[in-house]
Amino acid sequence: MCIYALMGLGLYIIFGQMGVINMAHAEFLVLGSYTMCLFSQLVTEHMPFLTNYYVVLAIPLSFGIAFGVGYLVEWSLISRLYKRPLDTLLATWGLSLIMQQSFRTFIGARETSATLPEWLLGSWSATDTIDIPVSGLVLLGLTILLTLGLIFYTKKTRMGLRMQATTQNREMTGALGINTKMTDRFSFAIACGISGIAGAFFTTMASTSPSAGENYIVDSFLVLVVGGLGSLAGLFVSAGFLALLSSILEFFMTGSIAKVILYVIIFITLMKFTKGIFYSKVRS
Amino acid sequence: MMNNLQKYSDSSIKKFLFERFFKNKEGVIGFAIIAVLLLVLFPTIFSTFRLNMIGKYLCYAFVSLGLVMCWGRAGILSLGQGLFFGLGGYCMAMFLKLEASDPESTAIQTTPGIPDFMDWNQITELPAMWYPFKSLSLTILLILTLPAILAYIMSVFYFKGRVTGVVFAILTQSMVACAWYFIVGNQGLFGGINGITDLKTLKGWDIRSEEAQTTLYFVCCILLLITILLSRYIMSTRLGRVLVAQRDKEMRVRFSGYSITSFKIFVFCLAGVVSSIGGAMFTLQVGFMSPNLIGIKPSIDMVIFTAVGGRESLLGAVYGALAVNAAKTTFSEAYPNLWTFIYGATFIIIVLFLPKGLAGLYENFIKPQLYKIICKFSSKKTEDSDDSTNLKPTVTDAK
Repeated sequence: MCIYALMGLGLYIIFGQMGVINMAHAEFLVLGSYTMCLFSQLVTEHMPFLTNYYVVLAIPLSFGIAFGVGYLVEWSLISRLYKRPLDTLLATWGLSLIMQQSFRTFIGARETSATLPEWLLGSWSATDTIDIPVSGLVLLGLTILLTLGLIFYTKKTRMGLRMQATTQNREMTGALGINTKMTDRFSFAIACGISGIAGAFFTTMASTSPSAGENYIVDSFLVLVVGGLGSLAGLFVSAGFLALLSSILEFFMTGSIAKVILYVIIFITLMKFTKGIFYSKVRS
Repeated sequence: MMNNLQKYSDSSIKKFLFERFFKNKEGVIGFAIIAVLLLVLFPTIFSTFRLNMIGKYLCYAFVSLGLVMCWGRAGILSLGQGLFFGLGGYCMAMFLKLEASDPESTAIQTTPGIPDFMDWNQITELPAMWYPFKSLSLTILLILTLPAILAYIMSVFYFKGRVTGVVFAILTQSMVACAWYFIVGNQGLFGGINGITDLKTLKGWDIRSEEAQTTLYFVCCILLLITILLSRYIMSTRLGRVLVAQRDKEMRVRFSGYSITSFKIFVFCLAGVVSSIGGAMFTLQVGFMSPNLIGIKPSIDMVIFTAVGGRESLLGAVYGALAVNAAKTTFSEAYPNLWTFIYGATFIIIVLFLPKGLAGLYENFIKPQLYKIICKFSSKKTEDSDDSTNLKPTVTDAK
């Protein structure tokens, strides 16, 4: 569930709030994963004394890198396309191709994974029969923390309020003297940063390869669409719903057929709730 | 519309059809150029191997044509055209596979007479859904009807629920992902990730011989030309105009009393059928069909062909499919790493600066120049057509 929710969080801002579709979203996740992997390699080679704590440092780092790249992308590409949402989709697909190829060329085509510190590998036995892996617990904690942070950011900070205002009425917000362009740029970059953190944590579960993003992209959009654009509660309900369904289905049949049935269930659900389960109005 | 009807009543039906198919002289010239290019020029200058490759690209041109109508004209972006392409392709592949696996040539299998991959997956009887593909006429019928039915089911609820462009695009993309998983998961039924391979004959006619490949190329070209004409016809009727109108101002058209939903469903189904024809021709010319030809990436590639050619121009779509595929083959052989960078960058540049693709380039820069030349030598038309062949002309029709 946390995986689905984490995938969706960044998109929640970009797609749900700003109405921009970012096909390169999955590549930002991968960017975060790579930051984590490379940082762990660096630490194990040059600073072995940090091995146990580097994860704490890697997370802000992956946020920072994804934030920076996101800022650049918004400035150079997205800001020109706000009025043409379908074209954004195509342009960001081009971007995702370029990013994938950069990973392949500059980092290497082989799958990499981070060396995890020992305290993440163990498991916590709640009772005699239940074992919960620590990495899963950390992931859960991180998801909750990120979500709370996001809620705090959107509801309480000045930048978050500006973002909401811009979402609701761009002209009026501009007229009130708020720099909507900067707001967009900052929101986009923050969303990319969050994806970076999410990606960093995916390394605890799977290895990273240049084309890893393909596995995330469809799922992360569907989570958001099922939940209803622009609704954080919807995002969580649908993440839970999809995670539960997929683990039940995968128990009974092979992975790919489970996926097919999961998708078909989603399509049928959306035929009934065409605006998502939790619908709230977004910028059109 | 009134003008058209008046002309219809007082002049001949010929003139009416001419208007519908070509709009004006420019339309005729554009169509003639592409016909000459495909039917005369390419066969004379290229070897059979190259011709077969061009035939393959032309199959993608079918999909692009569908996308021009669905996306360019009606504003419905579908990232799932690969689904329909694959549907046509798989129907044809299933027919050919059944023919290739007659009891004599599959005598070494545990169960002779069924496709080899079924035998590997311990299936002893031909599944019921393969039976229709024993007859060619039924297969062709299915190639034309199945995509329409599927497209109807896929779109009817969403369009009724007013699912807007971006969300619909995501949904179609998920559908194509779903289809990909479905084929990969059903190894015994559809050959899984390997696809359906080893296709040999069509009604006893060897499709791998040079002669057959040339014939198939011409069949493909002629089908494509017919499709272009029919698409032009459909787009020049009132239906086509309503589609364009609802793309630009949906609410205004709704308030004028049109039921937009049915128009949208129609054009989506039409695009599906056209893509399916392309898929069937693809299988015939290439000799296999696999899920990797219809996944998420190939489906977006198809949108890219359309965007490069010009999303509103039917002829542009054909040039787009040809140009991008030719570039892909040439560059990806020579510089496999660099190619993806170029591909991605081209795409961003086209979206940012040339939203109308090659057709827009022609309309804005080449056409005015051409008119100047024509005005100078007002009597000589031949020069014009020669000139524009090199410059990849695209004649946008009724807007």
